[in-house]
Amino acid sequence: MIRTLLAAVLALTLASGLARAEAVGDILDTNKALVEHASRLTIGPVIDKLAASGDPRAETLLKAWGDKLLGLRKSDGAFVLLKRKGAAYQLTQPDGTDVGMAKRSDINILRPNAGVRRLIDGALVEFQLSSPDLKTRTEALSIIDHHPEAGQLKPLEASLKAETDPALRARKERLLRLLTIRFGENSAKRIAAINSFGADTGLDLRGTLNPLLDTHRIIAKAGEKPKGNIDRPLIPGKTITTEAAYDLLVARGEAPARQTPTARRQALEAHIEGGKVGGIPLAQLSDPEARDRAYAALEKAGQVPRAATTREVRAAVAAHDYWVVYAEADPAMTTAAKAALAKIAVKVDAMQALDLLLEALSLASIYFLAAIGLALTFGVMGVINMAHGEFIMMGAYTGYVVQQIIPNYTLSLIVALPLAFAVTFAAGVAMERLVVRHLYKRPLETLLATFGVSIALQQLAKNIFGTQARPLTSPDWLDGAWVLNDVVSISYIRIAIFVLGLVFLCLFLWVMKRTRLGLELRAVTQNPGMAASMGINPDRINMLAFGLGSGIAGSAGVALGLYAKVTSELGQDYIVQSFMTVVVGGVGNIWGTLAGAALIGSLQKGIEWLNPSNTLAAQTYMILFIILFIQVRPRGIIALKGRAAGD
Amino acid sequence: MDFLRKNPSVLWFLAILAVFTLAVTLMAPGTGSGAISTSFVKTLGKTLCLAMVALAMDLVWGYAGILSLGHMAFFAIGGYMIGMWQMYARTEEIVITSLAQSPIPPTATEIHQGIASQIFGVVGSSHMPEIWYFAHSLPAQLALVVLVPALLALVFGWLAFRSRVAGVYLSILTQAMTLALALWLFQNDSGLRGNNGLSGLQNIPGLGKVAQETLSVWFFWASALALALAYLLLAWVVSGKFGSVIRAIRDDEQRVRFLGYPVEGFKLFVFALTAVIAGIGGALYYPQAGIINPAELAPIASIYLAVWVAIGGRGRLYGAVMGAVIVSLLSSWFTGGRVPDVPLGFATIHWVDWWQVLLGLAFVLVTLFAPRGLGGLVDLVTGLHPPRRHGAALGPDSGSLQEREAQE
Amino acid sequence: MTNMNRRQMLLTGAAMAMPLAAPGILRAADSDTIKLGILHSLSGTMAISETTLKDTMLMLIAEQNAKGGVLGKKIEPVVVDPASNWPLFAEKARELLTVDKVAAIFGCWTSVSRKSVLPVVEELNGLLYYPVQYEGQESSKNVFYTGAAPNQQAIPAVDYFLNELGVQKFALLGTDYVYPRTTNKILEAYLQLKGIKKEDIVINYTPFGQSDWSKIVADVKALTADGKQVGVISTINGDANIGFYKELAASGITADDIPVVAFSVGEEELSGLGKGDLQNLVGQLAAWNYFESVDTPENAAFIKAWHKFTGDPKRVTNDPMEAHYIGFNMWVQAATQAKSVASDAIQEAMIGQKFPNLTGTTAEMLTNHHLTKPVLIGEIRADGQFDVVKKTAPVPGDAWSDYLPESKFLISDWKGKHCGMYNTQTNTCVQIKSNY
Repeated sequence: MIRTLLAAVLALTLASGLARAEAVGDILDTNKALVEHASRLTIGPVIDKLAASGDPRAETLLKAWGDKLLGLRKSDGAFVLLKRKGAAYQLTQPDGTDVGMAKRSDINILRPNAGVRRLIDGALVEFQLSSPDLKTRTEALSIIDHHPEAGQLKPLEASLKAETDPALRARKERLLRLLTIRFGENSAKRIAAINSFGADTGLDLRGTLNPLLDTHRIIAKAGEKPKGNIDRPLIPGKTITTEAAYDLLVARGEAPARQTPTARRQALEAHIEGGKVGGIPLAQLSDPEARDRAYAALEKAGQVPRAATTREVRAAVAAHDYWVVYAEADPAMTTAAKAALAKIAVKVDAMQALDLLLEALSLASIYFLAAIGLALTFGVMGVINMAHGEFIMMGAYTGYVVQQIIPNYTLSLIVALPLAFAVTFAAGVAMERLVVRHLYKRPLETLLATFGVSIALQQLAKNIFGTQARPLTSPDWLDGAWVLNDVVSISYIRIAIFVLGLVFLCLFLWVMKRTRLGLELRAVTQNPGMAASMGINPDRINMLAFGLGSGIAGSAGVALGLYAKVTSELGQDYIVQSFMTVVVGGVGNIWGTLAGAALIGSLQKGIEWLNPSNTLAAQTYMILFIILFIQVRPRGIIALKGRAAGD
Repeated sequence: MDFLRKNPSVLWFLAILAVFTLAVTLMAPGTGSGAISTSFVKTLGKTLCLAMVALAMDLVWGYAGILSLGHMAFFAIGGYMIGMWQMYARTEEIVITSLAQSPIPPTATEIHQGIASQIFGVVGSSHMPEIWYFAHSLPAQLALVVLVPALLALVFGWLAFRSRVAGVYLSILTQAMTLALALWLFQNDSGLRGNNGLSGLQNIPGLGKVAQETLSVWFFWASALALALAYLLLAWVVSGKFGSVIRAIRDDEQRVRFLGYPVEGFKLFVFALTAVIAGIGGALYYPQAGIINPAELAPIASIYLAVWVAIGGRGRLYGAVMGAVIVSLLSSWFTGGRVPDVPLGFATIHWVDWWQVLLGLAFVLVTLFAPRGLGGLVDLVTGLHPPRRHGAALGPDSGSLQEREAQE
Repeated sequence: MTNMNRRQMLLTGAAMAMPLAAPGILRAADSDTIKLGILHSLSGTMAISETTLKDTMLMLIAEQNAKGGVLGKKIEPVVVDPASNWPLFAEKARELLTVDKVAAIFGCWTSVSRKSVLPVVEELNGLLYYPVQYEGQESSKNVFYTGAAPNQQAIPAVDYFLNELGVQKFALLGTDYVYPRTTNKILEAYLQLKGIKKEDIVINYTPFGQSDWSKIVADVKALTADGKQVGVISTINGDANIGFYKELAASGITADDIPVVAFSVGEEELSGLGKGDLQNLVGQLAAWNYFESVDTPENAAFIKAWHKFTGDPKRVTNDPMEAHYIGFNMWVQAATQAKSVASDAIQEAMIGQKFPNLTGTTAEMLTNHHLTKPVLIGEIRADGQFDVVKKTAPVPGDAWSDYLPESKFLISDWKGKHCGMYNTQTNTCVQIKSNY
C-alpha cells in the first residue's frame, strides 16, 4: 500500500517535473494547428505554456516566432527556426539542433498577426526587462506601455533597482506608477500614485485614469437606492429622454418592446378576413387612423398581442429610477481620478488651443508658400497666371527627377530647390515672352491664354510621368515631429515649410526693396510709360519679374511635394486658394498676402475645430466668408492707397 | 420685323438651326433612317444646350464685359432642380408599384418613407431633406429651374456690383461662388446625394414606355427650340438701346455711370437673365446626360465655357454658338479614343493623351492671334476688315494713334 | 484616312467634318470578331487607378486570342475613355452597346460611375463586369460584380480588429462619397451589434484629394486618451492616402499604437510612397481578396504575364486586376457553354460558373451576381508589398447588407426569383430594374 502510494507520488513528481521542463518543440507539435493558424483568441494558453515551460530555448523560440522567423518545413511539416543566409534560410530545430539549409520555397513561414505578436511580446516582457541590451529593455517598456497587465507590476518593480540608464529608469518609474494606478494592491497606494502625477497631459496617464471612471446605467425600483459606487441619478424627461429610459427597460426585459410600424402592418395583414381587417375595409387602411382602429379592434378580440401605448410607456418609465454607476467600486478612487482629470482637462484645453494655433500657422504657411509667387506676378504685375499651379507642379516633378538621379535625400533636396527655381524661372520667362507679353493690355485674356498653357502643361506632365502619384521623399532629419507633449506636436516637414515661407518672404522683400530690379519693377508697374522714359526697359523688367515669381512657385513646389504628393493635379489643388489668398490679402503688397494666408489658414482651422467631422464644410464656409469679406473690403486686408492703387 | 431686317444674322442662324434639326431628325434612329446613333443624337442635343449657356456667357462677357467664371453653376442648378423631380417621381412609381403588391394599401407616410430610403439609401440615409419639399411637383420644380438661378444671381450680383467689384476680382469671386456651391453639394449633409449626385435622369417619369430613341429626338427638338428662342431673345436684347448701354458699360463703365445710367442695375439684370438662360439650358441638358453631380460645377467647367466663347468669338452671338459646338464636339471626338493614332516613327501620338495639349495650345493661339475667334471667319466672308494699324503707338494710352496710321 | 498625309489631316476641315461623321455613323459590324468594350478612364483623376485595368483587359484578351479566341472568333477590344467624367460614362456605355455592339463591357471604378452606366446597360440589356470593391446595396440583372461586397472585405476586417487586435474604439475615416458613406453606415450598425458603444465610433469624411491631415491625425491620436485600444478603418480613396500616411508616419503613430486598416490601399497606391515613409507604415493593414505577394502558381504565372505584357518588371498587380481576371475568364467560359455571346444567354450561363482565382481557391458566380471570394488581411511590408496574416475560406458576396434595418430582409436572386431586390419578409419583388 505504502509502496504503491510512494510509486504514485514518485510518478506524479516525475510527471510534474517533466511538465515543468517540457521541451518547447513538443508544446509546438501538440498545438500545431493552433500555432499554424494562430488567432489571438485561442493562442494565449499555448504562449503561456511556452513561456512557463522552463525550457531555456523558450525565449529564442518566442522571439523567432514574433519576428516571423519560425516556419514549417514543407517536406515533413516540422517546426523549424529560420535564419536568413542570402537567398536561402538556415534551419534549426526548436531544441537548437542545426538541420541544414533550405530554399524559400521549401518552407512555410508562419506570419503571426499583430494581435498574436502582441501576446508573444507580452510573454517575452519578463525575459526582456532585465536584459543587458538597452534596446531590448526599451522594447519591453513600450510593450508594457501599450498593453499593461497586472502580471507586469512585480517584474517591473524588481527590474527597477538594477536599471543603469537614467532615461530608461525614469520611464520605468513612470510606468510603475501607471501600473500601480491600474493594478495596485490597495486604494491608498493607487490614490497616492494618482496624486503623484499632478496635471500631466500624457495620453498614457489619461488612458489610465479614464477607465476608472467608466460608468453604466442601471435601473432600480422607484424609491430604492441601488448598491454600488453611484455617479448620479438620471431623471426621465430631463437628463434622460423617456424613450431612452423605456429602451433601457426593454433591454433589461422589464417591459415589452414597442411595436414597429412594419410589425403592426404584418399583424394586420395576418388577419385579413373577407377583405376586412377588424371590420374595416382594406381600401380604407391607407389612412393611419383607420389602421389604429383596426388594430384596436383586433386587440379587443384578443387576436393580436397588446402593443404598448404611450400611456403604458409613461407608467412603466415612472415606476423605475435610473442611475449612472461607476464600474470602480471604491468611491475614493473615483473621486481622486475625477479630481486629477479635472486638473488635467484645464491644461489639455490650453494645449489644444496652442496646437490649433500651430496648425493654423502651418496651414497659413502652406497657403503663403503656394501664393507667394502669385503675389509677384498677380499682385505686383497684375498678370493673371492660371498656370501658376502648374509651375508648382513642375517644381515638384523637378524634385522627383532629382531624387531619381541623386539617391541621397538631403543632397537631392539641396540640389532640387535651386534647380526647380531655375527650371520654372526659365518656363516663366518663356511664357512671358511668348504669351503674356502680348496681352498686358487685355488682362482677362491673359487668364484664358494662361489657362490654355495650364491644361497643356498638366497633360504633358501626365504623358511624361504617368498618372500615378510619384514619391518625393523627405530626408531623415525631416521625418517625425517636434513633440512638446501628447497634445501639442507638429511635424518637422511643416516646420520646414514654415521656415521656407519665411526665407521666401525675406527674399521677396530684399529683391523688391533693396535691389535695382525691385526698384525698376516697382517703377514699371506704377507707370510703365514714365519708367520707360527714365531708361528702364519695361520688357526686360516684366520678363525678369515674371520669371522670378514663377521660380519661387517652382521652389515652393518641391516643399509642397514633400509634404503631400506629386501628381499632375498638384497645381490644381492650390490655384484657387492661392488667388484667394492674394485677393483677400490685398493686391500689390507682400504683407497683404501674408495677412491673407494667415486669415484663411486660421479661419479654416477654426471652422474645422467647430465642426470636426466635416472638412468640406470648413472649406465651403471659408469661401463664403471670403466672398462676403470682399464685399466689406473690396481691395483686401491691406489695400494700397493713393497713386499706387492704380485705377 | 424691323428687328430681323436689321439683324440678318438672326435669320441665318435660325435657318441653319432649322436645317440642322431637320437633318438630324431624318437621320435619327427614332424618327428617321437611323444613320446616326441614339447616343450621337443625345450628344448633339447636349451640344445645343451647351451652345445655349455659351450664348448666355457671351451676353455677360462679350457684351457686358463681366467675365463670369461661375455660369456653369447656374447651368448645374437647373439640372439639379429638374433632376430632383425626376428622381422623386420615378422612385414614387417604383415604390407605389412595390407597395401595391401587399394586401394592405400603403399610407402616405409609408410611401414617403419608401421614396426617401430608396433615394437616399445610396448615401446612407433614409430621411428626406427639407430642400426636396417641392420635389413631388413638376410645375414647382420647373419654376425653381428659373427661380433659383435667378435668385442666386441676384443676391450674388447685388453684393458684388454694389461694392464695385469688377474685372479680375469679379472673375475670381464668381469662381469662388461656383467652388463654394460645388463643395457644398459634395457634402452629403446638403441633401442632394453628395458626390453621387442625381442619376438615371435619362428615364423620364411617366414616359417609361417611350424608347430612348424617340425620347432623344424629343429632347433634341426641345433643345433646338430653346436655343432658337434664347438666340432670338438675346439678339433682340443686344440690338436695342439696352444693348448699346451694356456695350458702353463694357468699354467704359465710369463714363456710363457719369452719364447717369444705373450701371449696377444693368449689370444685375444681365447677370440674372443669363443665369436664367443657363438654368434652362441645364434643365434640358442633364436629362440627356443622365446624371448630374457636383463635379459638373467645378470651376474648370466655367473656365471651359469662357474658352468656348473666346474661341468662337466674343461679342457676337453666333460666335459663342460656334465655339461651344465646335470645341465640345471636337473634345468628345478626341477623348473618345476613336481618332486614329499618328505614327511618327520614333513615337506614336495617341490623341487621347495629346488632345488636351493641343486644346491648350489652341486657346493660347486663338487668344494671341485671333482675338475675334472663329466668328472672325464670318467677317472674312462678308468682307469686314478692321482698320490696319501698324507701328508703335504714339501715346501711352491704349487706342492712341499708331505710327503708320499717323502717316497716312 | 491613313493614306492622307498628316499635314493634310491637320489642315483640311477634318476638324470640322469628322465629329459629325465618326462617332455617329454606325460602322459595319465585323462578324469575324467578338467585341468587348473597355470602359475605364484614361484621363482625369481616376486614370491613376483605371489605366491599369485597361491594360489588364488588353492582356487578358491578347492571351485568349492566342489560345484561339472564343467560339472560334477572335476577341476585339474596343477601348474608350470616359475621362473620369460620370455623365461621359453613360454616354460611352451607350455608344459601346449601340454603335459598336459589344458583347459585354468591362469597366468602371467609382460607384458613381457605375450608377451612371447602370440605367444604360439595363435599358439596352447589356452586360457590365464591375471589378472593384464597392458598398453593395445593389444587384442588377445586367451587372456582374466581380469585386468585393462589404461582407467580403469590410466586415471581416472589422472582425479582425475586434478579435485579433482587441480594438475597442473605432475611427472610421473616409473620402466623402457613396462607397465610404454606405460602408461606414453598415460598419456602424455592425459594430453596435458587436457591443461597441455609439460614442466609441467616430466618423469623419474628407473631400477627394485631401492633403491637410494634421488635424485629423491629431484627433485620432487624442482618442486614445480614455485608455481604449483605438483602431482606424480607412475608406480614404486615391491620392489622399499618400498625405494621410505621410502625416501618420510623421506623428510617430505605429501599427502597434493605432492600427489602420484600409480598403482602398493596395500595391499600386503604396508605390506612390517613398522608402522612408513605407518604413513607418510597416504593420499597418489592408483588407483585399488578393495580394500580389500571395504564393500560388496561378499568381506567379499571372504576374509573369503582366510584367511581360507591360514590359515593366516593376509594375505591381492588385485586387481589381484579379477581379477582371476572374470576370473575363468566367465570361469566356459562359460564352463557350452557352455557345453564344448574346446578353441573355450569358446572363443565364454566368450563374454558377466556377473559376480558380489567383489565391488558391475557386471563385463561383452566385445567383445574386456576386462572387465567392476569400478575404485576405495583409500587413504592409517595407518593400510596399503585403504580408498575408489572415486568410478566410471563400465568402459568398452579399448584395444587400444584413446589418442595416432597411436591407435586412432583402435578397437578390436572378435564378429562381428573377429579382434583384426581393423582400423575404413580405415575399415581394421590390423592383426588377435598379433605382439609381
